[in-house]
Amino acid sequence: MALSDQMSVPAQALARTRALDRLRLGDNVFRHLTRTAAIGVLLLLSGVIISLIDGSIPAFRTFGFGFLTSERWNPVTDNFGALPAIYGTIVTSFIAMLIAVPIGLMIAFFLTELCPPWLRRPIGIAIELLAGIPSIIYGIWGLFIFAPFLQATLEPFLINTLGNVPGIAPLFAGPPYGIGMLTSGLILAIMVLPFVTSITRDVFEAVPGVLKEAAYGLGCTTWEVVRNVTLPYARVGVIGGVMLGLGRALGETMAVTFVIGNAHRISASILAPGTTISATIANEFTEAVGDLYTSSLIALGLLLFVITFIVLAIARYMLMRIERRIG
Amino acid sequence: MPEKISISRYSGRRRKNVVATVLALVATAIGMGWLVLILGALLWKGFSGLSVAVFTEMTPPPGSAGGLLNPIFGSLVLTILAVAIGTPIGILAGTYMAEYGRYDRLSTVVRFINDILLSAPSIVVGLFIYEVMVAPMGHFSGWAGGVALAVLVIPVVVRTTEDMLTLVPNALREAATSIGLPRSLSITRICYRAARAGMVTGVLLAVARISGETAPLLFTSLNNQFWSTDLNAPISSLPVVIFQFALSPYKDWQSLAWTGALIITLAVLALSITARALVPSGKQS
Repeated sequence: MALSDQMSVPAQALARTRALDRLRLGDNVFRHLTRTAAIGVLLLLSGVIISLIDGSIPAFRTFGFGFLTSERWNPVTDNFGALPAIYGTIVTSFIAMLIAVPIGLMIAFFLTELCPPWLRRPIGIAIELLAGIPSIIYGIWGLFIFAPFLQATLEPFLINTLGNVPGIAPLFAGPPYGIGMLTSGLILAIMVLPFVTSITRDVFEAVPGVLKEAAYGLGCTTWEVVRNVTLPYARVGVIGGVMLGLGRALGETMAVTFVIGNAHRISASILAPGTTISATIANEFTEAVGDLYTSSLIALGLLLFVITFIVLAIARYMLMRIERRIG
Repeated sequence: MPEKISISRYSGRRRKNVVATVLALVATAIGMGWLVLILGALLWKGFSGLSVAVFTEMTPPPGSAGGLLNPIFGSLVLTILAVAIGTPIGILAGTYMAEYGRYDRLSTVVRFINDILLSAPSIVVGLFIYEVMVAPMGHFSGWAGGVALAVLVIPVVVRTTEDMLTLVPNALREAATSIGLPRSLSITRICYRAARAGMVTGVLLAVARISGETAPLLFTSLNNQFWSTDLNAPISSLPVVIFQFALSPYKDWQSLAWTGALIITLAVLALSITARALVPSGKQS
C-alpha cells in the first residue's frame, strides 16, 4: 500500500469520496440511459403514428370519410379510395385463418397428446423454421410454383364443383388465374400457421396435468380430453395466438404482393385478382407522383397500422390474461 | 339390453377418437410437407444458378450474365448498420425493464407496446422512415434503410434481453451488492455475463428477422444497379433485388432471384439454428 503510505488521512478520505462520487455518477448515468431507451421504445411507436397521420392529412382532407368507402383508384385523375384494398386485406386474411387455425390446433393436439417425446422437439423446431423463412421467399415460391400448381389443379376443381352449387357459386366464378385472392390466402395460411401452432402448443402444455388425468380417469378418450378439458381451459390463450396470427396475416406484404394480382376492384369471386393494403403500398409507393397519390398511400398505411394495432393489442391482452392465470 | 347400447356408444366414441387422431397426423404432415416443399423448390431452383460468379460479379442488365455481389454487399452493410443502431438501444431498454423497473408502470406499458412493435407490419416502418428521413433529406439512402431495419431490430432485442435478465438469479445480484458493487457495475459485469448467451441469441434472431425483410427497404434504401459504398445514396440489397428480378420477364434475372432467395434462406436458417443451439434447452422466446 505504497499509495496510502504517502497520503495523509484527509487526502485518503478525499480520494475515496471522489471514487464513490464517480461510481455514483456512473450509476446515475447508466440508470437514466436505460430509462431513456425504454421511453425511446414508446416514442418510436408514437413517432410512427404521428408521422403517418401527418402524411395522410392531404388525402383525408380531399376525400374525407369517402376515402374509406370509395371503390375508385385512379392515379390519372387523382381520385383514390381504399375500399378494394381493405376488402382484399380482410378476405385474404379470413381465408388464411380459416385454414391455418384448424390445422394449427390439430398440430398442437398432436404435439401435446399423441407425439412420442423424442419427436416433439424436432417437429416443434421444424414448425418454427417455417416462421423464420422470410416472406419474400414465400412470395417467389408462390409466384413460380404454387400459383401455376393451383391454376392447373385446385382452381379448375373448385370451379367445376363448388362453382355449380347455388348460393356460393359466385365465390368460385371466373377463369382460374392462378394468382388471386385464394392463392394469397393460402400462402398467408402457411405463413401464420407457425404462430398459431407454437402459441397453441405452449398454452396446451400449460394445462395442469391433474385436470387431464381426472378426465382420463373418468374414461374419456384422448380426443374428448382435448375437446372438453384442454381446449376450454386454454381458450383465452388460443384466441390470443389466433389474433397474433391474424395480425401477421393482415400486415404481411411481400408474399402477398407477388401473388395477389394487384387489381383495384372488388370481385365476388375469390379466384379473381385483387389487392391488399400492404401490396398496394409496396407496388405503387416509389412510382407515386404527386402529393395526393403519396398521401393516399400513406393514409392506407395508417389504416393498416390502426387495424393491426387493435388486433395485436387484443392478442397481447388475451395472452397476458392466460399468463397471469398460469403464473 | 343396456350393455349393448353402451358398447355401441363406446365404439362411436372410439371411432371419433380415431378420426381426430388421423386428422392430427394429417395436419402435422401438412405442416412438415410445406416446409419440405418450399425448401426443396428453393434448393432445386437456386442451386442450378449457384456459381462463383454470383459472389464476384455485379447485377447484370437483362440478357447478360452476372452475379449478386453488390446486393450481397449492400445487405451486409445495411444489416451491420441496423444491428449497430438497434442493439444498444434494445439492450438498454431491456435492462431498464428487467433491472430497474421490473414492476413499475413504465415497464408494463413498454412491454405491451414492444410486443405490438414486434409483430407490427414492416411496411409501415418503411413509410415511417420515408416520412422522417427520406422526405426531409430529399433522396433515398442507405442510412434510411439501415435505420428502418434498426426499428425492426429493437423490439426483438428488448424482448430477449428482458427475458434473459429476468432469468438471472437474484442471489447473484445480492452477492454483487454485498461486496459493494454499484448497481450499474453489478448489471454490466455480473448480470450481462450470466445472460450473455441469451442476449447473443436475441441479436442473432434479430439479424435473421431483418436479413429477409424487403418491405421497409423498398422506399428507404431503394436499389442500385451498380457497386456503391456510399450510404448517402441508394444502395442495393438482396431482398429488393430478388423482388425486382423475380417479377421481371427475363429468364436469367429470374434465375438470379432464385439463387438470391436460396442464399438468404440458408443464411436465415443457419442463424436461427445457431440461435437455438445457444440457448440452454427449454426456455426460448
